Amino acid sequence: MKVLVAVKRVIDYNVKVRVKADQSDVDLANVKMALNPFCEIAVEEAVRLKEKGIAEEVVVVSIGPQAVQEQLRTALALGADRAIQVETDSMPDSLAVAKLLKGVVEKEQPQLVILGKQSIDSDNNQTGQMLGALTGMPQGTFASKVDVADGSVSVTREVDGGLQTVKLSLPAIVTTDLRLNEPRYASLPNIMKAKRKPLDVTNPEELGVSVTRTVKLLKVEPPAERSAGVKVADVAELVDKLKNEAKVL
Amino acid sequence: MSILVIAEHDNHELNPATLKTLAAAQAIGGDIDVLVAGENCQAVADAVAKVAGVSKVRLADNAAYGHFLAENLGELVAELGKDYGHILAPATTTGKNFMPRVAALLDVAQISDILSVESADTFKRPIYAGNAIATVQSEDAIKVITVRATAFDAVAAEGGSASIETVDTVFSNDKAEFVGEELAQSERPDLTAASVVISGGRGMQNGENFHLLEKVADKLGAAVGASRAAVDAGFVPNDMQVGQTGKIVAPELYIAVGISGAIQHLAGMKDSKVIVAINKDEEAPIFQVADYGLVADLFDVLPELEQAL
Repeated sequence: MKVLVAVKRVIDYNVKVRVKADQSDVDLANVKMALNPFCEIAVEEAVRLKEKGIAEEVVVVSIGPQAVQEQLRTALALGADRAIQVETDSMPDSLAVAKLLKGVVEKEQPQLVILGKQSIDSDNNQTGQMLGALTGMPQGTFASKVDVADGSVSVTREVDGGLQTVKLSLPAIVTTDLRLNEPRYASLPNIMKAKRKPLDVTNPEELGVSVTRTVKLLKVEPPAERSAGVKVADVAELVDKLKNEAKVL
Repeated sequence: MSILVIAEHDNHELNPATLKTLAAAQAIGGDIDVLVAGENCQAVADAVAKVAGVSKVRLADNAAYGHFLAENLGELVAELGKDYGHILAPATTTGKNFMPRVAALLDVAQISDILSVESADTFKRPIYAGNAIATVQSEDAIKVITVRATAFDAVAAEGGSASIETVDTVFSNDKAEFVGEELAQSERPDLTAASVVISGGRGMQNGENFHLLEKVADKLGAAVGASRAAVDAGFVPNDMQVGQTGKIVAPELYIAVGISGAIQHLAGMKDSKVIVAINKDEEAPIFQVADYGLVADLFDVLPELEQAL
């Protein structure tokens, strides 16, 4: 079976973002970029399926400017077989990404599509579900366990209050939660090998998708600063403050 | 234009997140209908009919909706939603699961996790794990929105007398089926819904010592969380992780124990109403956001705190 994994280039999760002075957006000039952590988990899961002999081929896809090729190479170094870049000038919104991915799905005909549950920049948590609706595929979101057997996939999902298991007929969509696996590190030989793996570039026109944006970003602001608090001397004072001043106990 | 709010429930009881979502709907303005979809969920519909400000309850009671599968619920909401200007659901795991399907079926964008309503088409939402707040304006004819429950005050659960109308449309699919669930048996509340959260970091030294936190948590009816450092060190499983890549919480009271306060952790808890930090390093960044800080050894403080409560 073929597994398609969608990956996104985002700001490294250790970087403290700064809002631009004109409040038009966050400042991404000269900041460290990386593979979105949830996408890394998605790649790892696909590679594990391949190592178990369940998947024959792992294809990674990313949408965005040329720079996303760096993250595609990272995914190839982690064990994906080949990569596709859908070249766009900027990062499209979730619905456009889902439409572009639908185009890739129709071309590649994967049995399983794995995505991260959300990207740590836009925090939307939408793309996998939208792709499900557009392709008519069932979805297993926020997956902490994935079992493929006999034309279906059992997905254990992290839901509020516990876990839920659903069984989906293939082809299906899975979005990863943090608990699904521990992504491996790419070794230097694998990074070198990844440079020779195929990376195809396509574009929205070839996929027959027009990328439009219906949600305008009016302003980006830093969140409200918290005012500095007080230091207490001991536990008794702390409990007293919480009871009588903050009134939260 | 009127607003459709999708009720969150477990087929027996209404989840309070719905009352908070209704507050967001009221801020938008207009008639508010509430869809109660589920299986044997008449009691939920009756409860919603009493909620202040609800015009009409639409009840879709069918086995197809019993486990809130996104494949079925998404189709239903997209079908009913065509007649509304806004469709709102709480940004719980259920809402996050089916709402983007609704948006894609209606060919509109979704606005996730709104913090406030600026006008009927303009909303504030956090990006970069809350390190920036975006103001966004939607040009879509139907606005599909999930609401961060902790950002709104619940509407009154009493005082309304809405009519209940039955929806007979059934969307069922044979591609996804519910197999089972394993709900946490803990007496402690769910991390993201708890009003008090006590978290431990690398300073806990090992997983065993988390029992010290649990004892305090039991006294407070609190959920127990952890920093990424504690998870990475293998002290506790990562579903307890609070932070940018973990869970985002905004309880009434957050107690950070042995947590230095890295950006990645702060992103997950800095909207808490009151933050308490217990750390022996008085230079720890966590003290810059803490309302109450106690510079002391957590191994002395935790037993004392348990005694004092």
